[in-house]
Amino acid sequence: MNAPMELARRHRLQWWEALPWIAALACFFAFPNYLAFGTQVLVTILFALSLDLVLGYAGIVTLGHAAFFGAGAYTVGMMAMHWGWNEPLSGLLAAALVAGAIGLASGLVLLRTQGLALLMLTLCTMALLEQAANMGAEWTGGFDGMPGLSFGKIFGLFGFDVLYYKSQYLYALATLLICFLAVRTLVYSSFGQSLTGIRENLLRMHAVGAPVRARQVIAYTISAALAGVAGALFAQANGYVNLAVLGLERSAGVLIVLILGGYGRLYGAFVGAIAYMLLEHLLAKAYPTAWQLGLGVTLIVVALFARNGVIGMFDALRRRFGGTRT
Amino acid sequence: MSAAMLETRDLCKNFGALEVSREVNFRLERGARHALIGPNGAGKTTFINLLTGALLPSRGNILLEGEDVTSLAQARRVKRGIARTFQINQLFRGLTVLENVCIAVAERMGVGGSMLRAAGRHADVIAEAMRLIEMVKLQEDAGRRVVELPYGRQRLVEIAIALGLNPRVLLLDEPAAGIPSAESHILLDAIATLPKEIAVLIIEHDMDLVFRFAERITVLVSGAIFAEGTPAEIADNAEVRSVYLGTALDG
Repeated sequence: MNAPMELARRHRLQWWEALPWIAALACFFAFPNYLAFGTQVLVTILFALSLDLVLGYAGIVTLGHAAFFGAGAYTVGMMAMHWGWNEPLSGLLAAALVAGAIGLASGLVLLRTQGLALLMLTLCTMALLEQAANMGAEWTGGFDGMPGLSFGKIFGLFGFDVLYYKSQYLYALATLLICFLAVRTLVYSSFGQSLTGIRENLLRMHAVGAPVRARQVIAYTISAALAGVAGALFAQANGYVNLAVLGLERSAGVLIVLILGGYGRLYGAFVGAIAYMLLEHLLAKAYPTAWQLGLGVTLIVVALFARNGVIGMFDALRRRFGGTRT
Repeated sequence: MSAAMLETRDLCKNFGALEVSREVNFRLERGARHALIGPNGAGKTTFINLLTGALLPSRGNILLEGEDVTSLAQARRVKRGIARTFQINQLFRGLTVLENVCIAVAERMGVGGSMLRAAGRHADVIAEAMRLIEMVKLQEDAGRRVVELPYGRQRLVEIAIALGLNPRVLLLDEPAAGIPSAESHILLDAIATLPKEIAVLIIEHDMDLVFRFAERITVLVSGAIFAEGTPAEIADNAEVRSVYLGTALDG
């Protein structure tokens, strides 16, 4: 009889949801030498979170999500390079708008398809952008990209360039927190429920009269905007943009992050990004020539034995040994 | 003759050379309890798909209360009050019963696209969903995931979802299919207690259920209406007996 209360409770913020943020702040003090790495992890979390919204919740399979990451990165890069516009916060906003607009335009076309056709079209969209960035050398720096970008101070106070790891880390963390809260609100809303409905049963969703395509396009657009913010953060933190920001490798990488952590569950992006990047970092140190082998083996193990990623493993354990459902 | 709740005029559907609906002229009256029967492959489900807009007809018209809805998209027809259940369960299997019904109710109440308020805090949506869940007597299972329920109970979730759309026309596609006979009484009760004002069209192979429930029966054979009448007329129709009912009614 208490199903309604249970439903309301699940949407409320739980005490343990503060833990990742406390941990992130603790890392700030505990590992001052690793803050640059930490910033990269935070950027990857945000990127994976944006992918989770479409892949994990709306069930839209994409191999081209780096298109939006790249669009965000190139937006702040080109603004800084050509217009001398290097104020960081407005840069993030501009990146979100540009990436969101590309998401909307491409989503309107490619979300008419499903399955493999959709997968190919997302890939094509990204390839088109990549070629545009490659050929429009006058604007984008072409193959060499835009090295040596510099950005202004945050609120005009906190120095912000490649050498200011501390403000970078906190800036990325604050951005991630705001984006996370937005995504969390979204996935627990009725809109989010309807996305889950689309993922779970498209036929039924049509039969309850939901505007399925419109919902998917909106989710895709929001996700693209968030990926754009992640890309912009990447460009600002590293001070460069090049073609690698929108390649297949980045798209596949973020997909691996999400599969590793568990998709469709918000915190999968966190767990996956940390696991992936730590693994990459440690393996690269131990086996500089063959570190990708270790990553590949890990992925095979996850695919075989933990279909829902690390978080899914915990869920399964909890369901087996604990009484409460998630 | 006043406008029927739902009416088709010369409705045809071809898949290539295959005619699956042939000039179907059909009337579903207000508050009707109408059954559509026919042998396998007679085009019953196709007919439902045409009514809901999942398929577009090759020719002919569909009228809802006299208004032509033939070219309306599925979602728009749902808003006008045409709801259906599926022959094979089409549920959100990973979600709870309550969430399943809430999704339908939220769409009907127009809050399905609301982004800011948590779904669990739409008190009106949840109250309505719980009311429907109690109507099909699933209140004990409201917090359980659909995938954990026995098939018969999942069939009831199908009905609760359809009712969540506040339909004027309810199309039940073999609601008793796949339910063990020990559980079928739950479903019969649920169908018997459907609100009177809803016009119900049921496709069913279970003749007990059909004759207990229906006030009017249409027999579809090879995509065309073969016979139509009251249950007594259909049962007495020798041709119908030979093509479809066989010996089912002899005992």
